[in-house]
Amino acid sequence: MKGLLPAAERERLLAATLAGSLPDGRGRFGPFGGRYVPETLVPAFERLEEGVRQHLHDASFQDEFRRELRDWVGRPTALTHAPRLSERWGADVWLKREDLAHTGAHKINNAIGQALLAKRLGAKRVIAETGAGQHGVASAAACARVGLPCSVYMGAVDIVRQAPNVDRMRRLGAEVVSVESGDKTLRAAIDEALRAWVTDPDGIYYILGSAVGAHPYPYLVRELQSVIGREARQQMLDQAGGLPDAAFACVGGGSNAIGLFHPLLADDIELVGVEAGGTGPGLGQNAATLATGTPGVLQGSYTVILQDDDGQVQETHSISAGLDYSGVGPEHALLQAIGRVRYISATDDDALAALEELCEYEGILTALETSHAFAAAREWARENSGKRLLIGNSGRGDKDMPTLTKFPAKVRSHAAA
Amino acid sequence: MQPHERVTAAIRAANDAGRTALVPFITAGYPEPGDFADTLRAVAAAGDVVEIGIPFSDPMADGMTIQRSSFEALKKGVSLKWIFDQLDAASGVGAPLVMMSYLNPLLAFGYEKLAKRAAATGVCAFIVPDLPFEESDDLRAALEAEGLGLVQLVTPATPPERLDKLCAASRGFVYAVTITGITGGGAGLPGDLAGYLDRVSGVAGLPVCAGFGIRRAADVANVGKHAAGAIVGSALVEVIENGDSAMDFLEGLRSA
Repeated sequence: MKGLLPAAERERLLAATLAGSLPDGRGRFGPFGGRYVPETLVPAFERLEEGVRQHLHDASFQDEFRRELRDWVGRPTALTHAPRLSERWGADVWLKREDLAHTGAHKINNAIGQALLAKRLGAKRVIAETGAGQHGVASAAACARVGLPCSVYMGAVDIVRQAPNVDRMRRLGAEVVSVESGDKTLRAAIDEALRAWVTDPDGIYYILGSAVGAHPYPYLVRELQSVIGREARQQMLDQAGGLPDAAFACVGGGSNAIGLFHPLLADDIELVGVEAGGTGPGLGQNAATLATGTPGVLQGSYTVILQDDDGQVQETHSISAGLDYSGVGPEHALLQAIGRVRYISATDDDALAALEELCEYEGILTALETSHAFAAAREWARENSGKRLLIGNSGRGDKDMPTLTKFPAKVRSHAAA
Repeated sequence: MQPHERVTAAIRAANDAGRTALVPFITAGYPEPGDFADTLRAVAAAGDVVEIGIPFSDPMADGMTIQRSSFEALKKGVSLKWIFDQLDAASGVGAPLVMMSYLNPLLAFGYEKLAKRAAATGVCAFIVPDLPFEESDDLRAALEAEGLGLVQLVTPATPPERLDKLCAASRGFVYAVTITGITGGGAGLPGDLAGYLDRVSGVAGLPVCAGFGIRRAADVANVGKHAAGAIVGSALVEVIENGDSAMDFLEGLRSA
């Protein structure tokens, strides 16, 4: 979105953000957010909001959540220094290793938190949507853990490009529902999950996977994912000897980015969200929502979306299914509008190159989503020599092997050398 | 008479004539944009109030039929602006018109401009399925300035206090969603429908029209015992899609 809010408004909303008073009582992050849902779901959202109010910060819920994060998810995840990348980039590079969390991405933090909440709220079954399949796998695993049946809605296009995750979900006991409508990716999967929820709002709990949608989801997901930033902040102080000068995270809906950034907002750290630049800047060629979108209502929230002049939501393109989304979480829209976080994009090619570099120089196969953050961080490092930077390594890239096989690996012979 | 009162009056006039008011829904410009004006005239002749569906890229409250019709109409270039232009040209189809649209196309058009344009083209009210009462102040104010109504939806899941509030806020009629689900369901109407519709009709000062899942003459007759009107959407869209006569289908719905 072009343009910031007026200066006085920016200061007021930044202060409110830092004071923890957003979202407000109506689920608004300044002008963004809210709850735009069909009347059939209004009572279900009100119950969810009340459930979040009652349980999320309750000591017994927090004890259970922390225990599951520690013993089942494997938290805290490591903070890893990247010496060879640091040398290449001329910077001091640190990685927050969400790829080491159980099931291979940050998605599990939210999934287990919401599964525990679903259990407390007496849900009979759980539904979830998924793009890259990571949230689907995390939800399937979390539901197996707490003992709830789970159905995952996934676009038919994503089912093909993320086949390994489809198999994982099924083995974890989930039903995978192929979504053949709309753009057959994440956006259509969310639409279809909402349609399913409408048929049984009393019995179903919907584990939404990103910091998007109607209130209270953007708030709930942020709170559950903020463990990333809280841990990273402390680990930087302990291991790196100080906070980073800049932090980078990829942004689709924006759950790993809000989780990393939110606990860092009050610090003097440049925060950069990196969206999918796809194959180019034209409408439909990318998923760079905040960079090129305009305000509108999509899937329950007033936020920044990719749309045409008639308010029709546009299809997106990204090599990474997890970033391939026409909207973005409303809190990111606010953080952009008040100038606290800068949002840029990296192209498919940049992301692929970054993925290869990280493999070759640090021995980490990162997710295609995450690779976008690396691509942007490398650019930043070139212009900010000697600075310390933190990258949210949000997930591992094993799931991307079907896509990566289209770009053959270098064949090396070390014996000859 | 305010435009939204024309909707109420048309439903009451049908009831006074001993009929259940019939509210046909069409997706604008589907299956062929060129046929829109003719289709509109045909359904207006057979219906008491006509609901015009504005295609949207993310119809989250709709089933396969209306999704399909929306996506197809969008592909053929149908937009809100185009629909208003067609309504200008078609001037006066008889029955009062109500527009059904998701919020974002209305937001993109601009509320004030929307209200003025709608009033000038004979649109009397709006139904916005993803706009709950709590978020509706701005649109309601803009519409009211032109005498247009915002129809509120109520559902079997709506608690009693909320039902009172929604019925009081509604204009034109109260839209009683018959099922807990999306449009176009084939499962038939629920068994406890009568009690639910009686409850809504007892609270609402306006006529109550029932919608979702109404496909046959028996459904209309069944609903008509407990509500002022019946809204027929997906079933009619399927008839038009198949190239059958909308007029014959709608006449048939009255014959039980």
